[in-house]
Formats: sequence, structure tokens, C-alpha cells
Amino acid sequence: MNFPKELRYTKTHEWAKQNADSVTVGISDYAQHEISDIVFIELPKVGQKATQGKAISVVESVKAAFDIYAPVSGTVKAINTTLESDPSIVNRDCYGNGWFFEITPDDAGEINSLLASDQYETFLKEAAH
Amino acid sequence: MHYFPLTNDERQEMLDTIGVENFGQILQAIPSKLKNPTLDIPPHLSEIEINRLLGDLAAKNLHCKNRSSFLGAGAYDHFSPSIVNEIISRNEFYTAYTPYQAEASQGTLQAIFEYQSLICELTGMDVSNGSHYDGATALAEAALLSLTKTQRSKILIARSIHPDYRRVVQTYVERPGHEIVEIPFLADGNLDNEFLKKHLTSDVASVIIASPNFLGLVEDLEGLAAEVHQNGSLFILVSNPLSHGFYKTPAELGADISCGEGQPLGIPMSYGGPWLGFFATKRELVRQIPGRLVGLTKDSQGKRAFCLTLQAREQHIRREKAASNICTNQALCALAACVYMAAMGKAGIRQVAELNIENAMYLRREIAKLKGFKVLTTGPIFNEFTVICPKPVSEINHKLLDQKIIGGYGLHKKYPELQNGMVICATETKTKEELDQFVQALKACAL
Repeated sequence: MNFPKELRYTKTHEWAKQNADSVTVGISDYAQHEISDIVFIELPKVGQKATQGKAISVVESVKAAFDIYAPVSGTVKAINTTLESDPSIVNRDCYGNGWFFEITPDDAGEINSLLASDQYETFLKEAAH
Repeated sequence: MHYFPLTNDERQEMLDTIGVENFGQILQAIPSKLKNPTLDIPPHLSEIEINRLLGDLAAKNLHCKNRSSFLGAGAYDHFSPSIVNEIISRNEFYTAYTPYQAEASQGTLQAIFEYQSLICELTGMDVSNGSHYDGATALAEAALLSLTKTQRSKILIARSIHPDYRRVVQTYVERPGHEIVEIPFLADGNLDNEFLKKHLTSDVASVIIASPNFLGLVEDLEGLAAEVHQNGSLFILVSNPLSHGFYKTPAELGADISCGEGQPLGIPMSYGGPWLGFFATKRELVRQIPGRLVGLTKDSQGKRAFCLTLQAREQHIRREKAASNICTNQALCALAACVYMAAMGKAGIRQVAELNIENAMYLRREIAKLKGFKVLTTGPIFNEFTVICPKPVSEINHKLLDQKIIGGYGLHKKYPELQNGMVICATETKTKEELDQFVQALKACAL
């Protein structure tokens, strides 16, 4: 499994990428693997408020639905509409074309409170026991 | 259905396995004075005596087979071809229920799939669910869907919708933050469009209209959908499905959700139920639809198969975030409606619709000629219309019973503004003689 070093991670398996003035969010390789075939993604609306730790999106497989939580608080700036027609992109390219949405953060520093790549990997190993 | 009770040997075996001497031991925790109380019931009757007793009780009922009934108001006397009962009486269908181990019940799923398909044919809508218990709850679910989908707080609902439906919607929707606004109707029974326009604000989730409405009128809905949509609201149409054999379909009228009572589709009145709520929508709403959805697919061997689909909407997966808490459908009644629609076919349903309209229009025309009676609903109708009578409806209906006629629905309780108002129903079951007899009887009652 792959957890790019430049990204930050949450214990609920979202990744966050620091841009100039926004944060891009998606789900980790571990998450897409656990969920397996994604058939539908319910994205937030542009302009919607995001609160760290609160559910903001839903991912559906055939037999289950999973909440996706905002890794930082702020306002939704953009959403990846290509996921509406082909949600399986997330299974194939979860860190690139499978991004979910972008947030303009209330607190630019909040992303640093998230896990680094190696911390996330450790967390996954420990959770597996 | 076969039922085999336990034998004494089997009972003993079970008692031995759990180490209990007799059944009475298991009931030891219950205080003895509560066990085997004296019941003051008459001694048992033989089968022939029971038949006689229950037969006499049943014979006290007045119904559409021993009376000429002109009562509608949500429950309709229609002819159901014998093939309906024949098919639903099959063991495999009669005791089946909404499937939980769904894919093992291919026949049941196919029946529901065909029901869904036929409802889409009849209403013109893109998707139908596997049905609700009745029209009232189907409407309530539609109202809830509109609130969730638009994230708005208000619904506008026509006063000319069945009062019981409005009450059920209120029960479902009422909570802090939600508002229900009633759209009045005009003197001729039509929707008050001016009121609607004035109240079509940005917090309105949906506009809910019935057509034909409770007074019998088929509303003029030209342009309404466009206006509602421009406001970002949903247009929910409640209707008698049989009426679409003649009048414009909900899809043609621009409805986002088409729902209503499916009882007219071959289901007996049965003293109020079980009935059938149909629920169909535009494609965009498919992921928000409540209830069961049956889909068509292929199994691992490439053979045609049916399955429950889009289950992530339902509560066994979504839990408190499910589209609805309903986890069932009205399988047997849906099958009855399916058989009815298939047996009648497009041409047959058209024919039945025309017969209903012709009978109701003839009756309305003849009653309009009677002194003291005033027709309120002069516009297009299906099988009902409203008349203001010269005397209280309860008085008139009492007299009509002496002539073995069940009169129409008295509006005085639920619509006090329409005192002496009677909603009269004439379906395809009425002969011309019956219609004329009713007119004469009304004339006599007014004297």
C-alpha cells in the first residue's frame, strides 16, 4: 500500500494536500481497498461549511455506505464532478484523479495537526492487531 | 399453506433435552393465580354453527354487492377481473412477503419488477419503487424526500387533497423547523393559484397537488411545474392511477414525484385495506427514493436474474441516514395491481377510464337538473364530483339507505366551509338504470 509522503492523513483514512490557499481531500489507498468497488459518491456542495471531524461526504459500494469526514474546518471551494459519472476512478487513482473536494481552510495551520505518512502507516499496523 | 403442529413425542423430546419434566415447570415464575384464569366465554360451537353465526354477522354489512354505492372519497368500487384473484391466490405468492433473502425469491422479485415497470408505463415516470402500504404514507414519504433533497424547510400542500392524507403528511413532517402551508381552493374547487404564487418562496421544498382532487376535479396544471421548478422546489402530484388512462400522466405534467393510492387497480376495498401506495419519480431522484427497488441483472452464468438494488439507500445499510425507515413493500397488493394492469392492458385501462368519466359526467348532468342541488365542480372530472345539497348530507344518506343506496361523502366535518356538500362517485360498475335510480332517489330526498 502506498501513502505519499507529501500528504497528511486522518485516523478515518482521509488524505489532505496543502495547496497555496486551499486543502485538497481524498481517501487513502487503505480506504479505497477496504471499500472495494465504489459505485457512488455523494459530494458536498460548493460553498458548504466543513467542520473538522464531521461527516461531509458519503461513499457507497453495492452493500455498504461509508461516511467521509472533513480533515480540516473551512468552506468547500471545489468538488470533483468527474466522480459523479465514474466513481471507480477513486479505486484506480485515489491520490490523483480520485480527489474528492477542495476546502478553503479557516485555519491554515490546522492541516499540520494531522498524521504524517509514517505516523498513518504505524496507526494502520497497530489497528490491524 | 401447510401447517404441522408438534406431536406429543416431539414435545417430550424437547422437554428431555432441556431437562424439564413437564411444560408447567417452565411457567413456574408466573404467579399461580394468574395462570389459567376463568374466561367467561360461551361453550364451543360446531363448524356449522360457527358458519351460521359469522355469516349472520357479515350479512349485517352494507357493501357494494348488496347496495348501489355512490361513495368514493378514497376507496373505489371497481371491477377486478377474476385472473387477479387467481394469480395472487397461488401459494407461492399468497404467503410471500417482501423478500429479505432477496435473491432466493426470484419469482417474487420478478413480480415486483413487473409491477414497477407497469407503474412507470402508467404514470410516464422513470423509476418506481416496490410500493408503500397506502397512498397516504407514499405521499408522506414524498414530502420527506423533498425536504431532504432540497434541504429546505417548508411544504405547500393543497387543501383539496384527501384530509386523511394531509393528516398523515403532518404526522411525518411535523417537527421544529418544518412548516406546512395549506393552499386553499376557490369556489369552483380549483386550486388557488394566486395564493400558490405568493407563497412560492425560497424556503419551499415542494408543492403538493392532487389531481383529480378530493372534490373530484381534474386541476388545470399547465405551467405549474415550470413555476415550481424555477423556484428550486419539487412538484409532487398525488393522483388516482386509473385516471391516467385518459388524462395527462404525471410525467407529462412535469411532476418530480408521482404517488397515490393504487387500490383502484384491481384491489378490493376490504373495509379500508390492505391497499397500495405507488411511488414513482424522475431519474434524478432515484438515489433518494424510499423503499424497495428491484433491478434486473445477470447472474455469474450470464442468465437473467432479479435483485434488490441501490440498497445503500435503505436503513439496513444506511441506518439513521437512510432515505426512509421503510424496509418493506405491499407485495401481494402490488402483485394484484400488476396482474390487473397486465390483464387490462393499455387499451383496457383507457376503456375503463372512459367508462368512469362517462358515468360520472352523465350523473353530474342529471343531478344538475334537480331543483335544490347545485354542482360545485363544473370542470373536468374523472369518476367523482361535488354537489351542494338542499339538506344535510347525513339526512339524505339516511333516506337513501331505505332505497338500498349508499350515498356520497358528506363534506361537513372535514370541509365545514362546504356545508351540505356531497362528493358523489360513479365508477364503471354503475349501469344507466342505477344512475337514473340514484337521480330519482335524490330528487325524492330533497322533498
